Amino acid sequence: MVEKRPISEKEVEHVAWLARLELSQSDKKLFTEQFNEIISYFKKIDEAKTEAVEPTYHVIELANVLREDQEVPPLLREEALRNAPKKEKGYIKAPKMV
Amino acid sequence: MEKIRSGELTAEECVSSVYERIRQFEERFHAYVTLTEDQALKTARQIDAKRRRGEALGSLAGVCVAVKDNICTQGIRTTCSSRMLEDFIPPYSATVVERIEREDAIIVGKTNMDEFAMGSTTETSYFGITRNPWDHSRVPGGSSGGSAAAIALDEAILALGSDTGGSVRCPASFCSVVGLKPTYGLVSRYGLIAFANSLEQIGPITGNVYDCALLLNVIASHDPRDSTSVDIHRKDYTESLEGDIKGLKVGVPKELIGEGTDKNVVSSVWDAVYKLEEFGASYDEVSLPSLKYALPAYYIIAMSEASSNLARYDGLRYGYRAEGSDWSEVYSRGRRTGLGPEVRRRIILGTYALSAGYYEEYYMKALKIRTLIKKDFDRSFKGSDVLVGPTMPFPPFKIGEKIDNPLALYLCDVDTVSVNLMGGCAVSIPCSFVGDLPIGLQIIGKPFDEAKILRVAHAFEQNTTHHLRRPLLTN
Repeated sequence: MVEKRPISEKEVEHVAWLARLELSQSDKKLFTEQFNEIISYFKKIDEAKTEAVEPTYHVIELANVLREDQEVPPLLREEALRNAPKKEKGYIKAPKMV
Repeated sequence: MEKIRSGELTAEECVSSVYERIRQFEERFHAYVTLTEDQALKTARQIDAKRRRGEALGSLAGVCVAVKDNICTQGIRTTCSSRMLEDFIPPYSATVVERIEREDAIIVGKTNMDEFAMGSTTETSYFGITRNPWDHSRVPGGSSGGSAAAIALDEAILALGSDTGGSVRCPASFCSVVGLKPTYGLVSRYGLIAFANSLEQIGPITGNVYDCALLLNVIASHDPRDSTSVDIHRKDYTESLEGDIKGLKVGVPKELIGEGTDKNVVSSVWDAVYKLEEFGASYDEVSLPSLKYALPAYYIIAMSEASSNLARYDGLRYGYRAEGSDWSEVYSRGRRTGLGPEVRRRIILGTYALSAGYYEEYYMKALKIRTLIKKDFDRSFKGSDVLVGPTMPFPPFKIGEKIDNPLALYLCDVDTVSVNLMGGCAVSIPCSFVGDLPIGLQIIGKPFDEAKILRVAHAFEQNTTHHLRRPLLTN
């Protein structure tokens, strides 16, 4: 049984970084407090006896649903770009990556 | 609908009268995010013209439908009640939308919801709350609160919602309407903006059980565009409604009516069970011990899936884009400023549950509990035809009462999440009232047993008057 470990602000900061989600100082404080309460509640699952139990990833027994490759008319470029916040010459303009 | 076919009533008149109701009540209750009056009237006139030409009309001809705002509607803003998608106009419609439009239904607007379907009260909407038509100081439930309120207010005749952990059934219970979560895979999720894709289904929210069956007929179908949709024999769900329930075995799981359930809810549910017994059913108290882990297992799985499903909101191709010096800043800032606190909490918690070092302890463990829960239900359905219990552990509570305590809000879902985990079907119907506050009865069926749970629901409904009661709307 894993002991109850409080989550630190540092850990919350790290996970938020993994999720690429900027956190304000006040969020960090509030979320840390809330997460500790929530995760303590989640820890209830430790009591369940699951040795030799297979995980259920999916409730219906479907696997590898395939179909024949069919050509259909594509989405028109102007339709595809309609919601883009920044565009130029028929391309989406993105912030620099590197 | 017969009136529209015979010409006694025009589709245009129907739309106008629904919009009359909307003009009367929207300011106070705010069920809708987007209204599409011009388009609705245009479609209505086309249907009336079709009828005059003697052309065949679809099974939903002239019926005004409200669509939850996480279901894509081509050319109509679809926001998930989030700043992130405030101006998003989908270039395509969800399969369910195509199907209802093919039957000549008329979409009157997009309904309010908890942001990205994450919540049980519709309080996390970026566009403001929806109020409960029965008591305007109380929550309508969520996340499909707008759809349920619209039906209770007659601001639409039929509505579509989505249910990941109770989001169709909860508002149905709180607004005293009918809400069905279909078996996973029965209704296409193509065009449903994903929150937790192994758990969610689009479901009907209606004023009575017959309408629910009718709408389910239209939306249930295999869809090659959704690889998780099943290819099974199509049924007419309205056909089996009238059957009696003599000899039907009703199981009452003690874990669903246990500690924490309001005593009025407990007694209402038992009264409902005794009523079913009067119609010839028999009942038995049953136990599904793994249900005590359902709520934490559900939240771990749902949050984990959400952390993955919401990674796409980078603001590049669509959606809200923040300013920043490079991609990483634009992405992470956009997610801080474009998404509300509950959504951000769930993304972070989901990331935590899936991260190295915690993955086994949380996510894998939750998936194993999911297996235990599925096994408990399979075993129960050997001895019972349907399982019955409350939809919500209490009647609708006050706006603001729980929103500052995330865990208290999660606990609202304790009676509904297990059905999403096992993939079966469940319907919530008006059970009773405590004062003016609705209490919902939940009827749970094994996968693909919609016909049976609807028959039980219909039998109860036709022998009670709760579905005929309308909110006072004077306060």
